[in-house]
Amino acid sequence: MNKDTANTEHYVAPLEETPLAETDSVKEETKALSLWGEAWRNLRTQPLFIISALLILLILTVAAFPGLFTSASPDEGCLLANSDGGPAPGHPLGYTFQGCDVYARVIYGTRASVLVGLLTTIAVVIIGGILGALAGYYGGWLDAILARLGDIFFALPLILGAIIIMQLPAFRENRTTVTVVFTLLIFGWPQVARITRGAVISVRNADFVVASRSLGVSKFSALMKHVIPNSLAPVIVIATISLGTFIVAEATLSFLGIGLPPSIMSWGNDISAAQTSLRSNPSTLLWPAAALSITVLSFIMLGDAVRDALDPKARKR
Amino acid sequence: MTINTENTAALQPLLEIRDLAISFSTSNGEVQAVRNAHLTVMPGETVAIVGESGSGKSTTALAAIGLLDGNGRVSGGQIIFDGEDISHASEKRLQELRGNSIGMVPQDPMSNLNPVWKIGFQVKETLRANGLPHTPADVAKVLEQAGLPDAERRAKQYPHEFSGGMRQRALIAIGLSCRPRLLIADEPTSALDVTVQRQILDHLGTLTDELGTAVLLITHDLGLAAERAQKVVVMYKGRVVESGPALEILTNPRHPYTRKLVESAPSLASKRIDSAKSLGVQSADLLTSEDSAKLKAADNVIEVKDLTKVFKLRSGLGKSTDFTAVDNVSFDIKRGTTTAVVGESGSGKSTVARMVLNLETPTSGSIMYNGVDMTTLNTKRLFEFRRRVQPIFQDPYGSLDPMYNIFRTIEEPLRVHKIGTAKSREAKVRELLDQVALPSSVMRRFPNELSGGQRQRVAIARALALDPEVVICDEAVSALDVLVQAQILNLLADLQSELGLSYLFITHDLAVVRQIADFVCVMEKGKLVETGTTDEVFDAPQQDYTRALLAAIPGSRLELPPEVA
Repeated sequence: MNKDTANTEHYVAPLEETPLAETDSVKEETKALSLWGEAWRNLRTQPLFIISALLILLILTVAAFPGLFTSASPDEGCLLANSDGGPAPGHPLGYTFQGCDVYARVIYGTRASVLVGLLTTIAVVIIGGILGALAGYYGGWLDAILARLGDIFFALPLILGAIIIMQLPAFRENRTTVTVVFTLLIFGWPQVARITRGAVISVRNADFVVASRSLGVSKFSALMKHVIPNSLAPVIVIATISLGTFIVAEATLSFLGIGLPPSIMSWGNDISAAQTSLRSNPSTLLWPAAALSITVLSFIMLGDAVRDALDPKARKR
Repeated sequence: MTINTENTAALQPLLEIRDLAISFSTSNGEVQAVRNAHLTVMPGETVAIVGESGSGKSTTALAAIGLLDGNGRVSGGQIIFDGEDISHASEKRLQELRGNSIGMVPQDPMSNLNPVWKIGFQVKETLRANGLPHTPADVAKVLEQAGLPDAERRAKQYPHEFSGGMRQRALIAIGLSCRPRLLIADEPTSALDVTVQRQILDHLGTLTDELGTAVLLITHDLGLAAERAQKVVVMYKGRVVESGPALEILTNPRHPYTRKLVESAPSLASKRIDSAKSLGVQSADLLTSEDSAKLKAADNVIEVKDLTKVFKLRSGLGKSTDFTAVDNVSFDIKRGTTTAVVGESGSGKSTVARMVLNLETPTSGSIMYNGVDMTTLNTKRLFEFRRRVQPIFQDPYGSLDPMYNIFRTIEEPLRVHKIGTAKSREAKVRELLDQVALPSSVMRRFPNELSGGQRQRVAIARALALDPEVVICDEAVSALDVLVQAQILNLLADLQSELGLSYLFITHDLAVVRQIADFVCVMEKGKLVETGTTDEVFDAPQQDYTRALLAAIPGSRLELPPEVA
């Protein structure tokens, strides 16, 4: 055949090979999946998520029921005779300078650390979330004021600010979990507020918000029903990750002696107390520090996994 | 074989794709994007690949230049460029070919120029990479060829100082700067206004003719393809379903998909109406409207009078300049008819729609709805008004809340306006889904599981939930593929005759207007330049601007034999 005619030939694909599919058919067989449903299906198979979720479950159980994991008492029956003693039967990690069981102290210290982390995260998400959402949604002078206010708190160094706050007479006298949470809240909310504000701004002009507004939905209920549910994903991610950092912050404050009072058992206090025997018995420092690291790491890993699941674009192929 | 060598050289295809298969590895396993694709481009010839989104047309073209995404690969077949198989050529060899032998004009002029470098530098970069002289004079010459006036000064400007059309010219200049023998143009004008689109394509045509460059044009518009290319390749679901000479495909489509495409392409349909009218066929058979005498008798459901909207643009501290987005616009919407507002981007047409929806307050002027000025309504009356006037938006991916399933989406207006009980609302949702030809099984699904056309149907169902009188369609079909677009337009027309709806149709696409509208208002830079019935405006446009818009409809210069038309 002549090449020229071959090139301009009118070719038609065999019909059976290229059947005309319905342009608009609905898949009937698969289960309906929401965004969250899809995220969950993706999460379930992620090793990162499984490992971190199991660890967190374990940590939460330890925090809630420390008695299940050790029969030794963390602060009673501390014998100075055991000071800096090595592992003994029933006391696998040895003794502190004060002669207390290290293992029991690590177990019982979990509660304070996790509690501070959880409460601070919840408070920060509520306060920062509300302020950020209002600022982003309504904009204008409200946004300007809240954004500058957030910037001011952002600029204050956490440790320096916390030292000053914890030295206030009202706080100095009765330091409790709540006072630590309050201090961390003051310095933690601007970050969540920023993230929420950004997320809300990206959603507030979406067509579906305009559509529901023109259906007669009021401005505020459009915020509650459409804008906030659609801006939750980044907030959840930042909350999970900062839960870990709040636990670290609590430990830092306790280590400096301005966090939880010594009467409350926490990893920060234990690390601080271990300073004295750092050379002779470093394991008293090692174990609470290891517990702290594992906890923080689990939350950060969980945050990473959740972010990947909620943001399909960031998902690795 | 007795063909002499000189002849074979002339007849050797520049680009030949044989049995090409491309697959992508995704988290769900291997996905075949293209199968059995074959096409030939002769030297100096323009070939168009036509297909809907996801048909594999861009993937095929990108494979030819070795620019597939990291997870894609050529899994079968051959890509032969000038006698050399480059389907598995090394990156180095492909780099030699790119720019020099194969140029590329990408789709989106807004994002394909590097914003931190001057235009001239970006041209120079291409010239230098291909070992060509790259003095400022050479750069200016290249830009001038692409039709940029005052090229020397323009070369010193940054992309943000260019309009969309000028950026696309700059990209064409870059694509052609090294005199490639093949230019791949991937939807080069789909992000531009119609009049600009036409200029750019005209210019691209003359330029490639002069240089003898072959062009592989990728487009979704069959009319545009037929007008610009000698040969058309139709792709569907990763396969070539039909290919051949452009006019032959239009007049004698043989594959059912091509037939459907020829039937529903708006540019061709508009052409068809034109031709039919010249043959004396009554427009009532072709258009959705009833006869014009009846239309003229209908009363006005919405009267827009002297509508003006001025935006304050911030310019530095405390100062602001006025920007008149809508300037003294007046028109009426007659009950049961479709009024189209046409204009290019920035003409203020969407601002008009937003004001009619009461999402934006007019600076001056009035909008009368059933004789009541709605700009003065109190909250309670406004709530009532919202029931009667409903919007359908452009982007079917953005107008549905991804967190709401379809049932909640359609039910929302009913719930907000406290209509019926939970049970009667569910019945109503079923009825609405039925009206827009969706099975009630979609009720529990989420928007991300539906196609663009299905989402737009859901959006229509939601708009109809409150039995409105007026529906405002803001570019309601512009984001859809041609076949789906035709379905949605038919659906809108059916619903109009069934429910007596009035439509305000905001669009930039005159071809669509011809199919659906009874009255047309043409806007330019915030001002209404021409109004009239669709026939009046299309047959005897009064203004230069309208004429330019009409001439820019792709395919308007096609000479079709009457039997197709």
